[in-house]
Amino acid sequence: MNLAIFILFGLLCLGGALNLLLQRHPINSALSLIVVMSSLSVLYLLLGAEFLAAAQIIVYSGAIMVLFVFVIMLLNAGEEERTHGSQVAYLAGIPGALALFTVLASTFFTLRNSFGNARLGAFVATTSDLSRVLFRNLLLPFEVTSVLILVAIMGAVVLARKEH
Amino acid sequence: MNILIFVLLSLLKVAVVTVIFLMAVAYTVLLERKLVGRIQNRWGPSRVGPFGLLQPLADGLKLFLKEDLMPTAVSRPLFILAPIIALSCSLISIGVIPFGENIHWHGVDMFQIADVNVGLLVILGVTSIGVYGIALSGWSSNNKYSLLGSLRSTAQMISYELALGLSVIGVVLRTGSLRLRDIVNLQNTHGILSWNIFGGVQIVAFFIYLTAAFAETNRTPFDLPEAESELTAGYHTEYSSMKFAMFFMAEYANMITVGCVATLLFLGGWSSPFGNLLPAFGGVVVQALLPVFWFVAKVFCFLFLYVWVRGTLPRFRYDQLMGFGWKFLLPIAIVNVMATSLVLAFHG
Repeated sequence: MNLAIFILFGLLCLGGALNLLLQRHPINSALSLIVVMSSLSVLYLLLGAEFLAAAQIIVYSGAIMVLFVFVIMLLNAGEEERTHGSQVAYLAGIPGALALFTVLASTFFTLRNSFGNARLGAFVATTSDLSRVLFRNLLLPFEVTSVLILVAIMGAVVLARKEH
Repeated sequence: MNILIFVLLSLLKVAVVTVIFLMAVAYTVLLERKLVGRIQNRWGPSRVGPFGLLQPLADGLKLFLKEDLMPTAVSRPLFILAPIIALSCSLISIGVIPFGENIHWHGVDMFQIADVNVGLLVILGVTSIGVYGIALSGWSSNNKYSLLGSLRSTAQMISYELALGLSVIGVVLRTGSLRLRDIVNLQNTHGILSWNIFGGVQIVAFFIYLTAAFAETNRTPFDLPEAESELTAGYHTEYSSMKFAMFFMAEYANMITVGCVATLLFLGGWSSPFGNLLPAFGGVVVQALLPVFWFVAKVFCFLFLYVWVRGTLPRFRYDQLMGFGWKFLLPIAIVNVMATSLVLAFHG
């Protein structure tokens, strides 16, 4: 059952990602990205991370992608021209992607035994477990990240401000 | 055999809840038309059936039989997808709402479809996906009024979702759980005195939630996406027949969901306002159904309030709406979160 759901949503995620690249209209690409993020949240749910799954839907599929769609609608962006792309991208990109895939796959296969034998859907990390780790063990990185985001917001405000 | 009974009962439960929910949506429309009629000193619908009670059925039949127009310049797949997203998202959230005590029969939870650990977040997530229904409808219609309506609606929903989310945090902090049953069980002990709005001193959060919920559901005084004096009908201008009906149903279903969530979070859910003062009368069945009665009564009060506000208040101006959300509701919500967590840290 869990495996079937994993395969289904894994395929949906990959299909959405491919569609994101192949679609020519920005709004279709944005919608494909929503499909990718929502199916990722189902994969999180299968791994027992229920808070992460809900946060993925609320923050990424909900808030951030709504802003994407909002901007595309506001600018009324039209269909994009299709170009042939650069030769370098084909020559370096495809072997590079293959090499990266090989490295990742071989790493996961060699480390497979040291991951332990947890199964899909075998455990649930509750919200209080997660917050205990986040606000006790990882408090400093968490706060530093929020300061980083604050700085980014302030930078955007400075850039968008009108000069008097 | 047992698993068969379990599956059958679960399917039956889902079907019953869905049918009751859809009926409630239809009759909320009637309630609104009747009440707004009385507020404006007229009768409202009174011709179909006794007191106009069959009006929703007649309306539904009419919308089914109307011609489904497809404008030529629309982006077809998204034009069809938009009302489906809007309606399905508003119907999904009823799936995690508990509306009675935790009573099991043959292993089936009688008064809730799915008991999810992060139930509150599921509702927030489904609501945030529902925005796409309105956003895409305006964009795919290829009509300036639709586009303006959906842009307004999207901006409004993004702005007020922050205040809505923050207003809920006080309740979550008190409970220490995101499970809706836990949230209600905490408010169950002394009747009205232990409800979060009074006993939990979340009355500020309640008003923030209420205001943000009006904006989230695009209702008066925040119904700018459908401001007919400037935008024809807003995002659903190009829609007809059942596609229009789906948007209409989604709006009323969202009203009911928001009322249910407010009841669960602030008004003690299905718990009786009298606590233990009310003696346990009747048999087992009466005692099981009484909480459902309290829950429905509280949600009904919310729907009444919705209609009352619609009949009373004028529409906000757009800059007032944005200023109110960002400069008033959001800071108050943050202060409320800080005050609640300080009190809990020192006295909890």
